[in-house]
Amino acid sequence: MSLGTAGLGARVVPHPYRLTRPFRDSLSAGSRNLIAYWRVPSLLVFSTIQPIIFVLMFRYVFGGVVGLAGLIPYPYVDYLMPGIFVQTTVFGAIGTSIGLATDLQSGLLERFRSLPMSRSAVLAGRTLADLVRNVFVAALMVGMGFAVGFRIRAGVPGLIAAMLLVLFFGYALSWVFASVGLMTGDPETAQAAAFPVMAPLVFASSAFVPVTAMPGWLQAFAAHQPVSVTVTAVRALCVGGPTATSVLEAIAWSIGILVVFGPLAVLRYRRAA
Amino acid sequence: MESAIEVEGLVKHFAQVHAVDGVSFDVAPGTVFGLLGPNGSGKTTIVRILSTILRPDAGSARVLGRDVVHRADEVRYLIGLAGQFAAIDPNLTGAENLRLTGRLAQLPGKVARTRAYDLLDRFELRDAADRPTRTYSGGMRRRLDVAAALVQRPPVVFLDEPTTGLDLHSRNELWDMIRELVADGATVLLTTQYLEEADRLADRVVVMSEGRVIASDTPAALKSQLGNTVLEISLNNEAEAVLAARLLAEATGITADREGTVVRLSSADGTRVLLETVRSLNENDVAPATLTVREPSLDDVFLALTGKHTTADETDTGTSAGRSRR
Repeated sequence: MSLGTAGLGARVVPHPYRLTRPFRDSLSAGSRNLIAYWRVPSLLVFSTIQPIIFVLMFRYVFGGVVGLAGLIPYPYVDYLMPGIFVQTTVFGAIGTSIGLATDLQSGLLERFRSLPMSRSAVLAGRTLADLVRNVFVAALMVGMGFAVGFRIRAGVPGLIAAMLLVLFFGYALSWVFASVGLMTGDPETAQAAAFPVMAPLVFASSAFVPVTAMPGWLQAFAAHQPVSVTVTAVRALCVGGPTATSVLEAIAWSIGILVVFGPLAVLRYRRAA
Repeated sequence: MESAIEVEGLVKHFAQVHAVDGVSFDVAPGTVFGLLGPNGSGKTTIVRILSTILRPDAGSARVLGRDVVHRADEVRYLIGLAGQFAAIDPNLTGAENLRLTGRLAQLPGKVARTRAYDLLDRFELRDAADRPTRTYSGGMRRRLDVAAALVQRPPVVFLDEPTTGLDLHSRNELWDMIRELVADGATVLLTTQYLEEADRLADRVVVMSEGRVIASDTPAALKSQLGNTVLEISLNNEAEAVLAARLLAEATGITADREGTVVRLSSADGTRVLLETVRSLNENDVAPATLTVREPSLDDVFLALTGKHTTADETDTGTSAGRSRR
């Protein structure tokens, strides 16, 4: 066979499938990330082992105290698990930062940017792969919840709706952490930079304790930030009660995040080098 | 016939460094073009601009007549890039890496697959085809990276220091493949720090220093400018070196460069100069500490063109980190 060209300019002709190119490229790029999860399971540590530890820790170590305070009218485990579902997706999204920073450092993104592929496909593929990972992790966490006494109080449709909301929020967050990863450019810095973004969102929220237990100045932030809003909606869908307002608020947050960080991440990708 | 690559007044600045400072050159189709220079001279920046990864601050560049900024997407169908570091996914196998590159280069799935295995054969990676590349040696990764640049049979190929880190056998194999690519009609632009590599492969060479072109010629002309042989004599002290430089200039008729205790002579007629040198030093009772005969290196080219060593060049400008990855 010949190594070389099929003649000068032979492939300049625009590809006939140009319209579907972004989709095909995203699937190609995303399959690469899924294969990585399969071959290097340690990449899943952030999204599996840590949440399991959190479930055990909060359920059995802190749970007693929070329950005693009398702030929650139902078992703490039912309060905790919706928080865990959301927290898990936030922690998992750090993997997006680290993965993209690694690709940037290794020169892989340079190769991709020299190829006639869609400019958004690397990020779309990456976030798609993270969504698949989150489906797996969410199922694992629901199972984990049942094992420590979590009960669905508002029926299966509520739980399914809650999970869809968690996955949508996780997808939006992938784009935030994709931007972080592309801005830092090496995996260690990416991890270090992602933590300060993540920690206040997860801990200064209603994920583990009611915000009413926090000092006033913190409550203002904690009650309205996206993790709390999403946890509140997910919790409402799980334990029952009015859901419409909180779910709409949560969806609005996720859409808002996507609208801002989607284009920002793509812009960073085009410029990154 | 129009040029395969045209570069006109290209400028790219990073923070304080003028990575590329007004570079122009033309590359004829079906030839190998060498960008020769030390780290930090701007070679990689030029390759990254030509492969649409970086936008130039000023000037323009065209690949097969298409502007790399305004018609970047078309350019990407025409080029293959093997950067300075092997850009492959460590978690994918060799075959998966090449198929992925092929699909992203918009080849139909079947074609990408066939092409991947053909290239694995050619680059002697067939046995390792189904192993994750994180188990590959440095040389294997480098070969796979070059293979990935050829997946879409690009008419223009950019190779950024392709033989760095390769053993002798792999290097010779790669040189053969580059010649074969060109025989098939491709145009190859390669960067290198080795005069020998440019000499063996390139039809034309541009020598770069601090973002500028300091020479542009055929390798043969470049070498004849500084002689095919370099004679390096180191003496026991500076006084002897001064004496030796004077004696040798008289005996051989060639200007001898002296740097400290080292005297250097370049000549097209190495044998005669060597004999004259030995005879003259012997007659005058000057005993050199060492005497080396070698082919000219990039450093010699630099010395001849700029009066500076390449290493000094790097520390002077503080750009030895080169490649500024930003």
